[in-house]
Amino acid sequence: MTTDLYQQIILEHSRNPRFLGVLTDAHTQAEEYNRLCGDRITVFVRMRGDVIEQAQFTGSACAIAKSSASLMMTLLQGKTIQEAMDLYNKFQEFLTQKTVNEQTNKTLELGELRALAGVREFPSRIKCALLPWKAMAKAVHPEGKC
Amino acid sequence: MSFDVKAIRRDFPILNETVHGKPLVYLDNAATTQKPQAVIDTIVDYYTHTNSNVHRGIHTLSQLATNQAENARHIVQKFLNAREDREIIFVRGCTEAMNLVAHSYGALHVNEGDEIIISAQEHHSNIVPWQMLCEEKKALLRIIPINDAGELLLDEYAKLLNERTKLVSVVHVSNTLGTINPIKEITAMAHKYGIPVFVDGAQAVAHFAVDVQDLDVDFYTFSGHKLYAPTGIGVLYGKAEWLEKMPPYHGGGAMIRSVSFEKTTYNELPFKFEAGTPHIEGVIALGAAIEYVWSIGLETISKYEDELLRYGTEQLSQIEGLRIIGTAAHKAGVLSFALADIHPHDVGTILDNDGIAIRTGHHCTQPLMERFGVPALNRASFAFYNTKEEIDALAAGLRKVVRMFVN
Ligand SMILES: Cc1ncc(COP(=O)(O)O)c(C=O)c1O
Repeated sequence: MTTDLYQQIILEHSRNPRFLGVLTDAHTQAEEYNRLCGDRITVFVRMRGDVIEQAQFTGSACAIAKSSASLMMTLLQGKTIQEAMDLYNKFQEFLTQKTVNEQTNKTLELGELRALAGVREFPSRIKCALLPWKAMAKAVHPEGKC
Repeated sequence: MSFDVKAIRRDFPILNETVHGKPLVYLDNAATTQKPQAVIDTIVDYYTHTNSNVHRGIHTLSQLATNQAENARHIVQKFLNAREDREIIFVRGCTEAMNLVAHSYGALHVNEGDEIIISAQEHHSNIVPWQMLCEEKKALLRIIPINDAGELLLDEYAKLLNERTKLVSVVHVSNTLGTINPIKEITAMAHKYGIPVFVDGAQAVAHFAVDVQDLDVDFYTFSGHKLYAPTGIGVLYGKAEWLEKMPPYHGGGAMIRSVSFEKTTYNELPFKFEAGTPHIEGVIALGAAIEYVWSIGLETISKYEDELLRYGTEQLSQIEGLRIIGTAAHKAGVLSFALADIHPHDVGTILDNDGIAIRTGHHCTQPLMERFGVPALNRASFAFYNTKEEIDALAAGLRKVVRMFVN
């Protein structure tokens, strides 16, 4: 059902994305582009040591990519690169696993990101949900280890 | 008008499919059309009774296959009103035809400092081969601009034509805007300078009758799969006088008269441009598709589809926040639109869940997306098996999208 995909929280984040806008004093930034639909997301990061002190994003994208970016941003602030990458991996697993074991689900610490669970039923949209994460990984791992 | 759309729909078995439990509403005909039973049967018959290589053997099946394939060439000749069968070259589709002409005509006639004219409406397939040629030859690509309705600015086109222009290549009907371009005028203007004109008929031939002699085009191409035939087969029409002069595109079997390691002489038209074993069942099925279209009549088809387009435009215009892109006075088959600021990808997903197939994305016309300031568009495109009820379903689906996203 598309109502499972477009939950209220997703629609809300896509309408009012958090941490939207260019971060002028960013140390690093990276763009990801989805050739299929033209979605484009840029992630800006200001670091303190290996901690993401502040992260923001810009872009033109569908509701799934935009809300995923917005939700990602709410989780990223203050995380270490390692923690951010762990989260990315867990989220990726969460979207691509056929069934998610309730117990692991609880320990995933994905918070509101779980609202994107509906994407699992729409294989063509998994790319959209992961687009901002790819941009984030590229920004914090410029040598492309992601 | 004796047009029974219910009966027509029975000719297309795929229209009985359901998608996500809903009857399929297929409105992506500009991407590819569905195939009538007559075409499907032709392919099955071919492999059941005839399969053999063409122009190769003296045995019965080879001769049968050759006859059927050459009969299909004759059908295409009549379909386009070409002068002769040998002006019909079978290719994989529009994309291959453009690459063929870019290579072959380019090798013959395009040099440093020369110019090639295309338009702002072009599909990537009518941009990239010319860009590649221009890069190789240090030639210049010039673009005919359009107005906000999506119509070519012929005054600007007139200014682009000059002694350095070597070719004009324009689309007959825009796959994004639906604009029908005034090809006869475009051709006449180019011919004053002796410049040949190549026309991309991908979105034209399924919607109205095309007469290459009346249009006086030098090259014309269409893809079978947008004309109820299989994928992988298409046509390049070229005036014999040009094709005679142009060098072959691919080398190999069938395109030669004799081969020795010292010298190869090339076969006559059309075979000079048809290296290798062709897409035989595709060729024959293309003939069957054209005969099917003839059985309905292109005039009847045009009339019915124009009515669908008129109705669709009227219905969709009433949806709040919907903006139609492409409002030319002469249009065919295509209805593109932006819906508030909702991303087309979201629109497409929600409609798909109701069984409605439309195209969302950049439609392989990224320069046009930029021209209209949108990252992507929604496009409904029609065939004669579509109905007003399907357009109503589309409108209802779009209203649902608006309800979900706006407020
Ligand atoms: C206007 C136009 N030209 C060319 C093409 C390319 O056709 P094909 O992919 O069959 O070669 C298309 C297909 O979408 C088209 O719409």
